[in-house]
Amino acid sequence: MQLRKTSIGIAMVAMMGLFSGVAQAAETIKVGEINHYKRMAAFANPYKDGINLGLDEINAAGGVLGKPLEFIFRDDQGKPGEAIKIAEELMTRDGAVMLTGTILSHVGLAISSYAGEKEHLYLASEPLADALVWEKGNEYTFRLRTSTYMQASMLAEAAAKTSAKTYATIAPNYAYGKDAVAAFKKALLKLRPDVKFVTEQWPALFKIDAGAEVQAIERAKPDAIYNVTFGGDLAKFVREGTTRGLFEGRKVYGLLTGEPEYIDPLKDEAPVGWVVTGYPWYDFKSGPNKVFVDAYMAKYNASPGIGSLVGYMTAKSVAAGITAAGSTDTEALVKAFKGLTLQTPVGEITFRKQDHQSTMGAFVGTTALRDGGGVMVNWEYKEGADYLPSDEEVKMMRPAAK
Amino acid sequence: MGLFIAQLLTGLANAAGLFLVASGLSLIFGVTRIVNFAHGSFYMLGAFIGYSLMQVLPGFFGFWASVLLAGVAVGLIGVIVEICVLRPVYKAPELFQLVATFGVILVIQDLALMTWGAVDVLGPRVPGLKGIVRVLGEPVPQYDLALIALTPFVLFALWYLISKTRIGILVRAATQDREMVGALGVNQAWLFTGVFFLGAALAGIGGAIQLPKGGADLLMDFNILAAIFVVVVIGGMGSLPGAYIAAVLISVLNVFGVTYIPQSTLVLMFVVMAVVLMVKPYGLLGREEVAGEHGQVGEPERPFKPAGTQGRLLVGGLLAILAFVPLFGSSFLSVLVSDVLIFCLFAASLHFILGLGGLVSFGHAAYFGGGAYVAALLVSTVGAPMEVAFLLAPVGACLGAVIIGWLCIRLTGVYFAMLTMAFAQLLWSLVFQWDEFTGGDDGLVDIWPAPWLSGTTAYYYLTLVVGVGGIIFLRHMAHTPFGYALRASRDSKRQAEATGIHTKRIQWAAFAFAGAMAGLAGSLFVFSKGSIFPTELEIARSFDALIVIFLGGVKTLSGAVVGGASLEFVKDFLTRFEYWRLTLGLLIIVVVILAPDGIVGSLRKFGERLGVLRGVEN
Repeated sequence: MQLRKTSIGIAMVAMMGLFSGVAQAAETIKVGEINHYKRMAAFANPYKDGINLGLDEINAAGGVLGKPLEFIFRDDQGKPGEAIKIAEELMTRDGAVMLTGTILSHVGLAISSYAGEKEHLYLASEPLADALVWEKGNEYTFRLRTSTYMQASMLAEAAAKTSAKTYATIAPNYAYGKDAVAAFKKALLKLRPDVKFVTEQWPALFKIDAGAEVQAIERAKPDAIYNVTFGGDLAKFVREGTTRGLFEGRKVYGLLTGEPEYIDPLKDEAPVGWVVTGYPWYDFKSGPNKVFVDAYMAKYNASPGIGSLVGYMTAKSVAAGITAAGSTDTEALVKAFKGLTLQTPVGEITFRKQDHQSTMGAFVGTTALRDGGGVMVNWEYKEGADYLPSDEEVKMMRPAAK
Repeated sequence: MGLFIAQLLTGLANAAGLFLVASGLSLIFGVTRIVNFAHGSFYMLGAFIGYSLMQVLPGFFGFWASVLLAGVAVGLIGVIVEICVLRPVYKAPELFQLVATFGVILVIQDLALMTWGAVDVLGPRVPGLKGIVRVLGEPVPQYDLALIALTPFVLFALWYLISKTRIGILVRAATQDREMVGALGVNQAWLFTGVFFLGAALAGIGGAIQLPKGGADLLMDFNILAAIFVVVVIGGMGSLPGAYIAAVLISVLNVFGVTYIPQSTLVLMFVVMAVVLMVKPYGLLGREEVAGEHGQVGEPERPFKPAGTQGRLLVGGLLAILAFVPLFGSSFLSVLVSDVLIFCLFAASLHFILGLGGLVSFGHAAYFGGGAYVAALLVSTVGAPMEVAFLLAPVGACLGAVIIGWLCIRLTGVYFAMLTMAFAQLLWSLVFQWDEFTGGDDGLVDIWPAPWLSGTTAYYYLTLVVGVGGIIFLRHMAHTPFGYALRASRDSKRQAEATGIHTKRIQWAAFAFAGAMAGLAGSLFVFSKGSIFPTELEIARSFDALIVIFLGGVKTLSGAVVGGASLEFVKDFLTRFEYWRLTLGLLIIVVVILAPDGIVGSLRKFGERLGVLRGVEN
């Protein structure tokens, strides 16, 4: 008994010594970056590389406010509760001036709520959930990446131009999938009230029963299919669908399907002729997009994913925000981020005042095969600003924020 | 009609892979009584190794050779795991081995990431079986038909092995009574190793054989785990034909579920499992669990005694240190200690029924997450004040535990564990899919404490008082007549009933009480984080608590708290490094081997040997 209690006591005291370490003198400006580096390694690692490339450039040019900019990378295991604990540590012990990160929407929402309560600035770089800037939006949260709503609207616009009348949807059965289907339906029905949705399929995330899904869609005989599945689910869906001839003579619209993270693993079985959103890094001939891709490939000797671009833009946005604020005080930063405009590889983006969403857009194109891999052809960059709801709608959708 | 047949065939093809993996798990459990959490990892390894082999072995025969070789390779990995990790801990308390297999999961996850990289791989198609066959006009992939044709042969081969060969006879004998088999001069150790080889190889083949229908990724280990446990339990633990029937049942139902109730596919599997277990408590073809072990494994349990004066003084000192944390430590330290306290209360509540009651619940997260959701829903839907919501959370969790407990308590042992898991999963899928009410995957956010408690320091003291109070209360209950009755029900049902104890009622009450305490922990959790998501109801959350109890020492009173605190602090430290899962996994394995009685139990023995502590008086 004694020994046990003593050892706990010693352990606790040791831990306290370890964790209450004195705050280091602030020689750098630190940003707390929380992500699922292990759980979603395929997406988080290119993102981290993108940030580091951005940091190289920023610090080579003298950093921000005369100091070097530094990101502290922390793994949250994909757990919201863990992410909040780490956020607290980054902000109160490590001296971070703001938070960035996350891919999974629910972790993003958890940090956003924490940021709103504790009044820390959070730049949600990759989570896609619409709620982040609308229903649950708050004063202290900004979002960089093109949201579900925007990307779905872009695809709906392309779909509206065809003669297809009946649609089937297939989306993972969780918040992102539901948002994506709702946004697509809303946008398409607005443009084409005559369209009918004949079946909706909701496979469990990463547990798709692809054969059954393909049969269920085939049974409804739709003119076109809207796909939101991704990752392993997408691979299985594409394979079963191709084998069973589901895609023959049908238009397919794929959200995120053209992003290198998702289309590359499909190799020579990548679907052909789908209209998708994605990132055609291989086709840039000149301009800032090309400059970014070249710099990235020179540094890492690997091709960039959409995550690389988002990571790079995250670092650049943070630097621009701190420079504009002229200080690292949270209130000054929030003020600076509202309406902050900066140049990025995809062009100028603005963090909108009304809902804190950036106007980063997306590339929309048609999939094809080239050299044994899937690519996007005939693509076009769509400005994010054109696919966001009007200010009145935004005001209605954003009850929580001031 | 054509479509109906085609769907049926799809279901049967899916059943093939599921059956292979599940039969391996069933075999391992049947003989060794080990609940092998790492079985999903074997499945994942099979897929990755199979993929790598298929890159070098081309053609039709290359494919099938790769499948078999992947099976052999994974089987050998299984042997290594069995010899290095499990053999040293067979003498430990029942179910202790699952902690070791949990360590194996972590190690394999990082090793797979190092070896095959983070990007998903798409499995190659089988040369010669790429096309489709039209069945009544409906397309059916040739490979599906090949799988359907193959499964009966596999089932037959396994059946022959188990029923007609000497090895099979030994395996069956060991399934029924392994001590008797040992007494008859059979080398149990190699029998266990052999079964582990076979079980792991089946999982590996299952992983490799599904490649043409999908691929390999780093999440597949956990993704299949729930499904194979369901199959094994529905079929009856240890029964191969049962596993086959269950795999077919689940797969076919799922195919039709996709067509007719596409929104509810998550729930379906667990509803089926709950129904089957309530009608046939031991699965379709399972036999009643023989309370088989002749008495308990290992040395007899020691009687609990209240802490002595010195123990109390030490705890008092520790509490005094904790009380001063906000004054001297950083605000982060307060948050970290709060997190640990909340987790310890949660683990201690499970320890109460597991340690004292012998009721192994695999679904305790239902009450932790359930309590948190009760509080969050009260705040977000009816705008209840935080204080009210905080107090009603344990009440809600207790109600849930009363209902689920009533349904589960009729079962014992691993079937009880599985039924509790089924109900926890039911609750999880309900919360996950009913997004109008629960927010689904996006959870409920902005659930912050009342203004007077909202500061980090104020909330820290609330957590300290409630958390420590709860843990002490749980400990106190062990020494009340209720606690004694609970232990009596665990140790000898018959004698307990002869003395007038209504054992089932006592266990039911304990289950409800533990649920309430878990709900209290959930309540503390939700207001400290400000949000709640279905992740807090997941299987992984239940396992977290389970693991720290065994790690700390299941046969001690403070095991859950010591195990919980140690693991949480170590995790907090290790997650700062790149390969933290590998390190943590190895650390868990080392602790498990060095301290088979758990941290507390082994330290106590060590102390006795040194003469610092008094041993048991005989």
